Amino acid sequence: MSIRNKAYIAGAYEHPTRHAIDKSTPQLHAEVAKGALEDAGLTKDDVDAYYCAGDAPGLGGLSMVEYMGLQVQHIDTTEMGGSSYVAHIGHAAAAIAAGKCNVALITLAGRPKAEGMATGTKPRAWGMDAPDASFEFPFGSTVTNNYGMAAMRHMHEFGTTSEQLAWIKVAASHHAQYNELAAIRKVLTVEDVVNSPMISDPLHRMDCCVITDGGGALVIVSPEIAKKLKRQCVRILGHGEAPKTRIGGRIDLTYTGARWSGPAAFAEAKVTPADIDYASIYDSFTITVLETIEDLGFCEKGKGGQFVADGNLISGVGKLPFNTDGGGLCNNHPANRGGMTKVLEAVRQLRGEAHPSVQVANCKLAVAHGTGGSVGTRMGSATVILERDDA
Amino acid sequence: MSHLAAHNSAPQSNIEIQPFWDATAKGQLLLKQCKACGEVHYYPRTICPFCFSDDTVWIEASGQGVIYSYSVIRRAEVPYVIAYVTLQEGPTMMTNIIDCDIDSVRIDMAVKVSFVDTGEGTALPMFTPV
Ligand SMILES: [Zn+2]
Repeated sequence: MSIRNKAYIAGAYEHPTRHAIDKSTPQLHAEVAKGALEDAGLTKDDVDAYYCAGDAPGLGGLSMVEYMGLQVQHIDTTEMGGSSYVAHIGHAAAAIAAGKCNVALITLAGRPKAEGMATGTKPRAWGMDAPDASFEFPFGSTVTNNYGMAAMRHMHEFGTTSEQLAWIKVAASHHAQYNELAAIRKVLTVEDVVNSPMISDPLHRMDCCVITDGGGALVIVSPEIAKKLKRQCVRILGHGEAPKTRIGGRIDLTYTGARWSGPAAFAEAKVTPADIDYASIYDSFTITVLETIEDLGFCEKGKGGQFVADGNLISGVGKLPFNTDGGGLCNNHPANRGGMTKVLEAVRQLRGEAHPSVQVANCKLAVAHGTGGSVGTRMGSATVILERDDA
Repeated sequence: MSHLAAHNSAPQSNIEIQPFWDATAKGQLLLKQCKACGEVHYYPRTICPFCFSDDTVWIEASGQGVIYSYSVIRRAEVPYVIAYVTLQEGPTMMTNIIDCDIDSVRIDMAVKVSFVDTGEGTALPMFTPV
């Protein structure tokens, strides 16, 4: 059994806020849910399945269905950090294909900026009872120094340079200049990136994503419902997901779980990386993008630096237009989890609703990829392949 | 013996990993080895993550290793070096590199363990260039 052509994205909504000092986290979840349902032309009472992850407050799914007044028959709160929402699409499509539900709502929201969170530079404990906590937290393990170690090793093994990594931010900024909501709209140069303050070697401030509040939601529906809706739907062709760990101490920081989730998604979709018109690639840091595009097969392992330095990620210029909303690097990174916004821009591209300056001409096939946890320790990868419905 | 830096903290222990932390107080770095498959793993578990045998035993590491990767976090009260060190016994562990010029740290540098007292009956296994 496959999920190919068994479900559609009917509704997509991104919260316009980047600094939600006037809103609660549950409120943001409900606002994006409302936005996505209105986009689809559906109502709250049509929803029969709900998906959320660790950003949902309280008892997650149970707290949120009560708050929103949802009466569902299927619930899935798979937690894979920032990649969760991409995985949820695959899970929702499978549940729809199995007849468990017909209209699945996925929400993400959070307000790390309003809460003044030092997202990347303070040790974060996910719970001191985690089996890894005693062996990491005491050493000042942070998100940024973990990704710094991955970047350092990639440079060591493949000769990747800071200037090459900087091209990823440069490409994102070229796109973000057209996004009125983007946190950073200035077009950046390689020099701007490598001359920005060092956060954790070799990652500069401009190698990091922005810290913003906000959220997003998706509505996934069965083919029968998609057919009845006026809104242009996006067909789900394939999905793959994979955790990647340190395997008992056999550590290799030069690849991500995309090495497994990518091929699984492409195989299910029956397409290849060469067929892709647009790519949304999780971009917590520049190094996240670099390793991911290698692992997804857009270039050879270790050759990502050259690939991005050739301008390949810039829409209208390169072979692989990516993150045309500005991505996490320039636009937003709500709840410190960028998987949802990756899908939202892929949906815009496939509907032809991206900003005209970055819209990929005749965009038929897109990949959206999420990363969760830390490439430096435990991580989750999730990939979906999406197709324009009339393609 | 060095002291804990601002970014460090004493580990929280539990019954499964108590022998590891007890040994640190005596200046010993313990690893778990599986008697069924022979593999050494880190961090220590009761059940081998390679073959799922529960026949695992504590062994003492030599304390010798090489830096697999590192990063100097500059945006901290006092910059410090986080690193993964690959031990002579095989596994790679997260640690800090101390007692050296932080700008001299490099991948493949040979290092040896150096324990830092937490003041709570344990010590953190850190590493210093040989
Ligand atoms: Zn074993």
